[in-house]
Amino acid sequence: MLIIECPWCGKRDQTEFSCHGEAHIARPLNTEELSEEEWGDYVFFRKNPKGLHYERWVHAHGCRRWFNVARNTLSDHIHGSYKPGETPPTIDTQEVSQ
Amino acid sequence: MNQKNRLEQGGRLNRTKPIRFWYDNKGYEGYAGDTLASALLANGVNLIGRSFKYHRPRGIFSAGSEEPNALVQLEKGAYTEPNRRATEVELYEGLTACSQNCWPSVNFDIGAINSVLSRLFPAGFYYKTFMWPQSLWMTYEKFIRKAAGLGVSPMEPDPDSYDKTYAHCDVLVVGGGPAGIQATLAAGKVGARVMLVDEKNVFGGSLLSDNVEINGISTQEWIDQQLNELRKLENVTLLNRTTLTGYYDYNFLVANQRVNEHLGSNQSGNAPKERLWKIRAKQVVLATGAIERPLVFADNDRPGVMLANAIRTYIHRFGVLPGKEITILTNNDSAYYTALDATEAGAKVVIVDIRHNPGGELFEKAEQAGIKFITNSTITGIDYAKGKIRQVEIMQLDGDGQGVTGSKSQLPCDLVGVSGGWTPTVHLYSQAKGKLKFLDDKHCFVADTETPNKLNQNNPSFSVGACHANYGLRDCLIKGFDAGKSAAQAVGFETTEITSEISCNEPESAPIRPLWILPCDHPVGKGKKKHFHELHNDSTVADIELAAREGFESVEHVKRYTTTGMGTDQGKTSNLNALSVLSNLRNTSIPAVGTTTFRPPFTPLTLGSIVGQERRELFLQKRKTAMHPWHDRNGAVYEDVGDWKRPFYFPTHNESMHDAVQRECLAVRNSSGLLDASTLGKIDLQGRDVSKLLNLLYTNAWSKLAPGKCRYGLMLNEHGMVFDDGVTTCLKENHYHMTTTSGGAARVMSWVEEWLQTEWPDMEVYATSVTEQWAVASLNGPNSRKILEKLTDHPIDDESFPFMSMREMNIADIPARVFRISFTGELAFEINVPARYGLALWEAVIQAGKEFDITPYGTEAMHVLRAERGFIIVGQDTDGTVTPMDLGMDWIVSKKKGDFFGRRSFVRSDTARERRKRLVGILTEDPNIVLPEGAHLVEKLKDKPPMDMIGHITSSYMSPNVGRSIAMALVKDGFNRKGQSFHVPLIDGSSQKVTLTDPVFIDT
Amino acid sequence: MNDQQPQVASGSRADAVIKTTSPAYNRKRTEGDNTLVELPWIGKINLRGNPEDSRFVEKIKSVIEVELPLESNTQHHNNSVTVYWLGPDEWLIHCKIDRVQELMAELGSQLSSIHHAVTDVSDYYTVLQIQGPNATTLLRKGCPLDLHPEVFKSSHCSQTRFGHASILLHKLDSSTFNIQIRWSYTEYLWDYLVTALDAVDR
Repeated sequence: MLIIECPWCGKRDQTEFSCHGEAHIARPLNTEELSEEEWGDYVFFRKNPKGLHYERWVHAHGCRRWFNVARNTLSDHIHGSYKPGETPPTIDTQEVSQ
Repeated sequence: MNQKNRLEQGGRLNRTKPIRFWYDNKGYEGYAGDTLASALLANGVNLIGRSFKYHRPRGIFSAGSEEPNALVQLEKGAYTEPNRRATEVELYEGLTACSQNCWPSVNFDIGAINSVLSRLFPAGFYYKTFMWPQSLWMTYEKFIRKAAGLGVSPMEPDPDSYDKTYAHCDVLVVGGGPAGIQATLAAGKVGARVMLVDEKNVFGGSLLSDNVEINGISTQEWIDQQLNELRKLENVTLLNRTTLTGYYDYNFLVANQRVNEHLGSNQSGNAPKERLWKIRAKQVVLATGAIERPLVFADNDRPGVMLANAIRTYIHRFGVLPGKEITILTNNDSAYYTALDATEAGAKVVIVDIRHNPGGELFEKAEQAGIKFITNSTITGIDYAKGKIRQVEIMQLDGDGQGVTGSKSQLPCDLVGVSGGWTPTVHLYSQAKGKLKFLDDKHCFVADTETPNKLNQNNPSFSVGACHANYGLRDCLIKGFDAGKSAAQAVGFETTEITSEISCNEPESAPIRPLWILPCDHPVGKGKKKHFHELHNDSTVADIELAAREGFESVEHVKRYTTTGMGTDQGKTSNLNALSVLSNLRNTSIPAVGTTTFRPPFTPLTLGSIVGQERRELFLQKRKTAMHPWHDRNGAVYEDVGDWKRPFYFPTHNESMHDAVQRECLAVRNSSGLLDASTLGKIDLQGRDVSKLLNLLYTNAWSKLAPGKCRYGLMLNEHGMVFDDGVTTCLKENHYHMTTTSGGAARVMSWVEEWLQTEWPDMEVYATSVTEQWAVASLNGPNSRKILEKLTDHPIDDESFPFMSMREMNIADIPARVFRISFTGELAFEINVPARYGLALWEAVIQAGKEFDITPYGTEAMHVLRAERGFIIVGQDTDGTVTPMDLGMDWIVSKKKGDFFGRRSFVRSDTARERRKRLVGILTEDPNIVLPEGAHLVEKLKDKPPMDMIGHITSSYMSPNVGRSIAMALVKDGFNRKGQSFHVPLIDGSSQKVTLTDPVFIDT
Repeated sequence: MNDQQPQVASGSRADAVIKTTSPAYNRKRTEGDNTLVELPWIGKINLRGNPEDSRFVEKIKSVIEVELPLESNTQHHNNSVTVYWLGPDEWLIHCKIDRVQELMAELGSQLSSIHHAVTDVSDYYTVLQIQGPNATTLLRKGCPLDLHPEVFKSSHCSQTRFGHASILLHKLDSSTFNIQIRWSYTEYLWDYLVTALDAVDR
């Protein structure tokens, strides 16, 4: 059971949150100009890495704010959380590959 | 005295409190403080059950949670529980238990034929035997099912209550033995919030089986002294009878407390039977002790073979001497303590030591006590008859201990104590994905606390005491204290001030002989005698050898093939010996063989404990509207819609559902009906950019919606598929009221918020859920205006209050927002009032409508009425693969406005493809047949499936207003096939001819 | 559950003639020294706006006479209102129910030139109060927060979870908590707490 740090409310039990999948997927502005493949990529394809993953979570039972979490899918270690629009924290990739 | 094995004194018992209990329908007596096992042994009973596979007789093997044999069926009827370890069950007045896996009785068991046929039951027997022919599997399975499993489940609901609770602490100490007590004391003294959990009824751990002195006082006095000190500390929580069953990531641990269980089912009071603790600890100190490792020798599963230290536990903790003539078989010194204590308790003891030249302080002590030694020898057979060991057969070991030499000698005895050293209880550390390391000198795995644990890397746990192979008592006490100190320090407490003085006399131990699988007079696995490394699942050394021969190399595969360690004891006494066998076979070291991963729970949890209080009305929330009390009073039958309880229909005079729904549907079209629509999702939207947002959310254009006007919209996801619909109203400039489906309320709110917060933080829109702020009564039917006129002064004629508009007015003196929107196609008013007035509003409308026979109607009538008009229900007529065009709703998709969610997907080849499934109406040939929803349409009818399916029924009803059955379906190329006929094969083998039509069955 | 059904009673304001209801109105459950009740008719206003806009913060203060709490999971109050932080741009005002319309109107007019939202949510939530020596123990059954008195102190508040429901927990003093919950979940929470009350070790 993870402990996740909400950027506003602080560290809370995982059961207060829900995960909304991969983070940093911007909605294309020029949807009309996109090829089938580009649009398909935006709609259907998501990363599923073994290791470091940036994902979007919402503090559903708390302040109802969305934010991002850098989590290692292999060890379940959370490297940090950050607000939407903020740059992801720098993560020592050596630490991740351990 | 009928407790023939009970010692005159000793034991942590209350001898003034005799307790009567029943085992296999026979009455016995024990004392308060006994376990079922100790009480049975006191009464000379040591045939507890039959083994899992071979139905061999089995007895009590240990004195704790590692017990592989003594599993009993506890209590009867609704209270019954299978597979309870007799060594853990505390005795209470009237306890009833019986043996398992035997029929008709434990003494004469028909299944024991398996033992005679054991050659036919090798490892992987089921996999091999029942694989062929495949067609017979179903037949085999019935017999396997009957033979499989241990014990019987209760058939009645559990009458006991259970509880779950969260807990937080700075330091969690697992195990209340010498190391754990010391750790708790150290951390507690400096002010840390400490929890100490121990699985036994009393604290003390290994000290309960001991009789040494600590700081000049007896172990019991020392335990009492420490506990007194701990009880004075408010920041320390002591939980006995509490098993730490699971250690998960981020120091989340689960412990099961047996609160009232030891009082039996006749207990009074409110306390639950068990309580599950969900603990978040900043630091964890594991002081879980060690489990004695058995030696594997010929016929080592006989009742009367027992772990040597268990004998010592029965003597000291329970005042029971389980045998009068005891043979101790050992490869190390620790069994000498048992020999000494048993001798003192009055038993005649012989030590068979497999070492060549045992010596040292303890050896001398034993010799002085007059104990006879047979060295460099082993037991090669047991003469077991009539439920008793009569004598054991002894032979000398050859040079490397792989065989025996010389002649056999017989040694009379009634109890065999075995000791192969100790296995640290590393289960919890391993559960938490901590790495284990093998100690070559101590021949065991311990926690590798040097390597950071990935899951709990910010909170590495401490492993101390016997579970870290610190077997010396002084070592345990000192290291336990230090671990408690370090743990408190890691949390941030100042710990320099505290110290602990320890003095106790311990003899030096001589080294162990690293040999656990002992030979007999025929090769292991080749003769009559069996060498069990795993008692619970009846797995023998020969099984592992067979697995190895058949190419199972990985320890994980061997485990599953031989079922080693897969019993309810999780192989606590068998794992390391299995690894020994495997490492011998592969001629490699144990760490090279590897170890299997330990998984929760450490000991089995009851389902009651896992569920806790969350059953019946607490299993899942039942959300209720403000009008619910009226529905209850008026006999509503409810339908679950999400978590909501919505009236399904309102039967009167014992009506059937069909009759009620038909009546309700007619009433709405002919006069008036009232629906509780409070569950509709409602979102209040405010800000300059709301219309911009609505243009993105919905497929139609929203820029020109005037205040007071309503508009219907379809919401799509980015795939272009419909996921919600509803009416949104402009309350005033930059202020809107959105409604969603009942089931989609949370999803839409989340969808809106996620976009606003993550993609368009600069968009000036605030969204607030107001679903439960507004209770909604939806008044439908040609007479609805007449009814409403009675309740308000506000003009509600068509001109002042046209269709698709909203007006604020008082209804029955209640401030309301009234919407002229309709889901039935009739004249309708959706009256929204703050929830606290919901019931009053409903009652007022019902009262005013009496002269028009106003009829409350439920969700089923609502479904029929909307289907008559061809209105869709998202989630029923759509399933996430349906576009607005598939629904024939092109009219609601704006071609002119800019981008909106899902728009780009319309030109995806699959979305734009011809012959997609389209929504059509369905008329059956027989107008009285109501097709089941989900039934398939086929072009060509065949005798039996499979048939080529072209679509399926999404909605289907008997419509009293149309006067026949109606249905909707999604059918391939449906729009172009209207007028054509197809077939709907039904599950009973019959079929119905149907014709595709337009889905609007009643037009205005 | 052997307590009474939801009852009907008159609310405080418009309602000399109109009866008002709430899910656990008039219910009271006492076990030992612990008591569970619903606190009916609390006016609740949801407020949205940008706290970095000093005009917004000042105008709010001028209307409700309480400083807007800007720190997460805190509340400010005076004799007539309590303001809870709900999110970085969201607050909840508790007031007397008959002041809701007046306060909303005043907030609306004061904030007319600033991007904001003011929404009446008086009936969206109910507030249960648990009072007694076992209050903390009872809440631990369903709430994953650390409620130790040194950690969750008197006057602390937090949005969190109880069982399957979202709640706003406010600790008034060492033995009294207000639990705000959505209207339709009230009965679930009530039943949960009553079950917990019944199981208090005595």
